[in-house]
Amino acid sequence: MQTVTETVVYNRAGQRVVSPDYLLFEAPRTKHFMTGSEAVKEAVKRSSVDASVSYPITPQSEAAHLIGELWVEGYVGVYFRGESEFGVMSELAGCAMAGARAITTTSGPGTLRAMENFPMWAGTRIPVQLVLMARGVNSPLSIQPDNLEVSFLLDTGCMIWYAENAQDLFDMIIAGFVVAEQPDVHVPVITAVDGFFVSHTREAVMLPPDDIALPPYNPYKAPMPVIDAEVPPGRFLRDPFVMKSNYISYATHASWQWEVRSAIERSRPYAKHYLRGLTEEFGDPTAELLFVACGTAAAQSKEAVRLLEEEGIKARVLKLKTIRPFPVEELRQAVKGAKYIFVPEFNVVGWLEREVRRYLYGVCDAEVIGAPRVAGGMTMPPEFIVKEVMKLTGKEVKHVL
Amino acid sequence: MSYKVYEINEDLLDVMPQEIKDLQFKATWGNPKRGVMDLPYSKELIEEHSLCAGCPESMALRYILASLPNPEDTIIVNSTGCTSLVFPHIALHTVHSLFGNQNAVASGIKRVLEWRFPDKVKDVVVLAGDGATVDIGLDCTLQSFFRQEKITTICFDNEVYANTGGQESGLTVKGHVFKMAPKGKQWDKVPFWQIAIDSGCHYVARLTVSSPKRVETVIKKAIYVAREVGPTYVHLYTPCILEIGLNSDDGLDEMRQRDKERFSFFEYMSEPAKEVIERKKEEGLL
Repeated sequence: MQTVTETVVYNRAGQRVVSPDYLLFEAPRTKHFMTGSEAVKEAVKRSSVDASVSYPITPQSEAAHLIGELWVEGYVGVYFRGESEFGVMSELAGCAMAGARAITTTSGPGTLRAMENFPMWAGTRIPVQLVLMARGVNSPLSIQPDNLEVSFLLDTGCMIWYAENAQDLFDMIIAGFVVAEQPDVHVPVITAVDGFFVSHTREAVMLPPDDIALPPYNPYKAPMPVIDAEVPPGRFLRDPFVMKSNYISYATHASWQWEVRSAIERSRPYAKHYLRGLTEEFGDPTAELLFVACGTAAAQSKEAVRLLEEEGIKARVLKLKTIRPFPVEELRQAVKGAKYIFVPEFNVVGWLEREVRRYLYGVCDAEVIGAPRVAGGMTMPPEFIVKEVMKLTGKEVKHVL
Repeated sequence: MSYKVYEINEDLLDVMPQEIKDLQFKATWGNPKRGVMDLPYSKELIEEHSLCAGCPESMALRYILASLPNPEDTIIVNSTGCTSLVFPHIALHTVHSLFGNQNAVASGIKRVLEWRFPDKVKDVVVLAGDGATVDIGLDCTLQSFFRQEKITTICFDNEVYANTGGQESGLTVKGHVFKMAPKGKQWDKVPFWQIAIDSGCHYVARLTVSSPKRVETVIKKAIYVAREVGPTYVHLYTPCILEIGLNSDDGLDEMRQRDKERFSFFEYMSEPAKEVIERKKEEGLL
């Protein structure tokens, strides 16, 4: 008789440790009805999180409260309220440097208050996660949904993923840790969602059981020495390279920055696997009308495709799940056969349109239309998207960018 | 840990530079009674720093590094400024993150190390200048005191932004003329040692670094109290001889003069801090 011995490992919270693949793809799931903020809690609960630092700002506060509850229940090791988002992101950096899997949440003005930290996170090569519940930035004061802040983050050296709904957010938070902590990636991940639309609305979310969790973070696999005095000090690292004014120090700094960007590029295969692709397609693949969108704009575009179908117009959606790395090949593949590419967005500047144009320049003849565009808390009803499309197809109103 | 992580691989011994070998063979790791008296005989933890000749800050750094009771398990967090020029040259785990966030980073490190290593003593020490501690980093510094973080904060007060070329800081004395205060500073030097007491620090000291032995005692007290009780704060006068127009051999005299006035030795300890200090004295560690 053959005996098979299986070692069961538990994390500090007493949850059974399972592989990321099992947790994300294989574990049986049950249906729950919850807000996006609650989905954050459920994801953190299953991610063997070591540390979280919080600060109040609408609309992310509830998610931060719920992580605090997890700390009380023993699912999170370290938790406290910081003094401001600038302090919080620095405290989180300290947690990660000391070897923790760390997560925090913020929104709008908080993101901008914390801004100096994001390139520091990337340059320090810490795999921290920020759940960004996008909200308008001041001024004038706004607490409403608007994702302008994401445009400021595009070149910080952090990975940026964009969740469409609570389900996406749940899966992305877990996958975010797994991808960010790969030794050949090891840069921060920002998982963005549209505030209120996702954070505050309830929807059905399929969850694996809560007595299983990700393997704990192993800081000794990191490409940088963990600051815990258990390993020889890498004292030349995590120090500014401006010490000397000579060409070697300039080249070191430049190559360090390039390396951070290369690390994001190296995340592609992992992200493709754990997110089941960097993009998702919806609608008739032969349609000449294509919406390229992320987040709530993608959800609304899908609804618009259904309405357009009733009008007899074929349309499809390319939903982008990652913005950094940008799904260049997926986009170029998807635009084949497209004549009109609409980029609906929740901000005034059209940062996603800029990205789309950048990566399609010289490789696609389709017309890129940065519309519809809403901001400051406005919603984007599917009828509004349809109206925008009808302007073009009906040739009643010449489209003005 | 053990200081064994700092040991050199035997196979590489013959090619290692002498100063690296000295770090292993002439070091004072593993002995909490180490102190400034070891300096002439042991290998220092700082090598070929890039501060100006005669800079009192470099003296302060040597005394502090020689006095750490637990260097093998000490994390140093520093900030931008003259201090950040030094840290690549010291043989300990050090972090430079941003200008002014040093106490926030240190808070995160300390809390996670306490959680990851509940049975080990890991000291977290912040070393930053007056601009980093009291101006740009004031919020993070004070909030770490309010939160009772178990870290030691050491401010190198040279009363000026020295590394950027001599601008007025919050710790500049009223009336002193520096860049950005071309008519002289219009307001008083911030009495930060007092603010540290009011903000919850359990051990606070103000001194110059004219006396190495006194620096050693203060640093040890501050670290032992931070370990067990809560935040501690050490305010050191380390004049920028360059910006106040002194020669490189004038630093010590400048400090001795200030010992008699605005940097006269001042020490505060809370009741729980006194208890720790008395116990450490009985143990022969102070």
